[in-house]
Amino acid sequence: MMLQGENILKQYHHKGGVINALDHVSFTVEKGDFVTVTGPSGSGKSTLLLSIFGLIRLSSGTIVFDGRRIDNINDRQLTAIRKISVGYILQGFALIPYLTTIQNVMIPLALEKVPGKEQVKRASEILDYVGLADRMEHLPGELSAGQQQRVAIARSIVHRPKIIMADEPTGNLDPSLSLEILDFLKKINQENNITIMMVTHSPVAAEYGTRKLHLNDGRIIKSKIVNRKS
Amino acid sequence: MTISKLVFIELWKRKSQLITGLLAITLGIAVIVAIQSVSVVSEQNVARNLDNLGANILVLPQGASIDDYYTSDIDAPTLPMDYVERILNSTIAGVDNMSPKLTRRVKVGDQSVVLTGILPKSEIASKPLWQTSGLTGAQLTTACAPNKTANISHGLEDEKLKRKAIDTLYSDDCLAGSQVANRLKLRVNGRINIMGKEFKVVKILPETGTVDDDRVFANLKDVQKLLKIENQVSAIEIMGCCNAISEGLLSQLRNILPDTRVTTIGQIVSTQIETNHLMKKVTLVMLIIIFFVGGISIGNYIWANVNERKREIGMLRMMGADRSAIYKMFLLKALILGVAGGILGYLSGTLAGVVLGPYLAGIIVKPVFIYLLWSVLLSVAIALAGSLFPTYLASRFDPHTNLQED
Repeated sequence: MMLQGENILKQYHHKGGVINALDHVSFTVEKGDFVTVTGPSGSGKSTLLLSIFGLIRLSSGTIVFDGRRIDNINDRQLTAIRKISVGYILQGFALIPYLTTIQNVMIPLALEKVPGKEQVKRASEILDYVGLADRMEHLPGELSAGQQQRVAIARSIVHRPKIIMADEPTGNLDPSLSLEILDFLKKINQENNITIMMVTHSPVAAEYGTRKLHLNDGRIIKSKIVNRKS
Repeated sequence: MTISKLVFIELWKRKSQLITGLLAITLGIAVIVAIQSVSVVSEQNVARNLDNLGANILVLPQGASIDDYYTSDIDAPTLPMDYVERILNSTIAGVDNMSPKLTRRVKVGDQSVVLTGILPKSEIASKPLWQTSGLTGAQLTTACAPNKTANISHGLEDEKLKRKAIDTLYSDDCLAGSQVANRLKLRVNGRINIMGKEFKVVKILPETGTVDDDRVFANLKDVQKLLKIENQVSAIEIMGCCNAISEGLLSQLRNILPDTRVTTIGQIVSTQIETNHLMKKVTLVMLIIIFFVGGISIGNYIWANVNERKREIGMLRMMGADRSAIYKMFLLKALILGVAGGILGYLSGTLAGVVLGPYLAGIIVKPVFIYLLWSVLLSVAIALAGSLFPTYLASRFDPHTNLQED
């Protein structure tokens, strides 16, 4: 088992009351899964994604990642896990605007203190893999939205993470580009056996999942496993 | 790619912001350097002028009064010449110039004149005079005692012959005050007979309005022999460092010269001390103002930069950058700004001092190279102090909130 959440509770205090953003959520993810998390706005899907590796602290519950309990470890330890084992893809790409494509992709390697030449080699390979070998020296502002998201994907996999956490990765893209990105994520998942956990409100995107979680009001109301090779 | 390289790239790619950030700190440092550079020369001038007021410490025989010193009575008490050596051989710091004198009222024809024996500087054994070194040693020295070249017109070249040691005064030569020269109708290279000894008048001194106008100055040893008071002097005039005086130079002198009366010429000392204190206060006030204004400006710049880069910080934190990496990002930037601001501030401040000094203050200002080090250190301190709080806040940013802003 790659990832397991059990009785995850996340409460917010608001105007004297308590809101359960995640209400005793439990789930399991196996290595190589492509998990899609769907649900209406405010259902808690992004909160779930961000709370797993400590970007939002839980009120209670346990999370086990790669055989290690991570809900009770400190910020420094969580940061180290994110640095080595997790890649993030966000709706807004979050590329650094003054860095070139290759420099953006090299950042996770820089945080891991990978030597410079090795950084260039690995970033070049990954950019070639995502079809942007000829855009390495371009600034993000010089790329299309689809290309920018591919740079973000390259950045999320360059350090060979165990899991990719994607929060609405196609939210800013038109339908054809969305399919292109989703196909690419599926390719990464299948070719590299990298686990992907993707939050989406798109039914089309949700179809890419091999394990589908549907949330409403902070609770998982539907969980489904499908043939991951389908 | 490293965090350091990221900082350099960000600085380079956003040059206009870099210039804005640099401007505040550069101007602040430039103002300090310019003021300091002008102040140093001004202090040197003030010190030289104060030095020209003459000695500020008098060592008199026990029981003698200041009146005795000025009236030069025939039976006024004296003190041993050895006391000069005693001061020279001591470890007392703060003694700049010394001038032992023997003064007696004598008759020249039917006229009464004051004969003063003075010891030329060349006859006083050399001693490491008052020096305070250190990074600003030269400046401190000139604030109280002019350096070797600052006041070279001692002695015969000195138009006014203030009360201090002169460089050379040969045996059988004398200098005549203006009044006495007028009364005795003396002229340069003329002769004057004092108590049976012929002296050649090598200089008629300009009128000073002081007792010096009524004096004839000759070599101390000649005067001692003539007056048959060998190895005795009426007083030792000392040019003491005003700071050293306020720090106990008088009591140190009293300890090694127990049977003497050591007194200060209060007005000179207080003027020197007040001038030095004023200079220091002005500089301190400027430093404090620049520190706060510069710190706030840099802090404001870094805070604006932090806000502009919230998404970037959030993404970096998400990707595994710990808080120390965020600190490094912004403090390294502040450090670079500090070093660059210090160097540019020093250059522009020095240039302003050199160019504007002669026009505004009527003085020639030269670059003070040690200020480069101080400028950089001060600038870095200001930049880091101003950046600490914004950087602390940046390191505490909640990554996902900042990433979800757009």
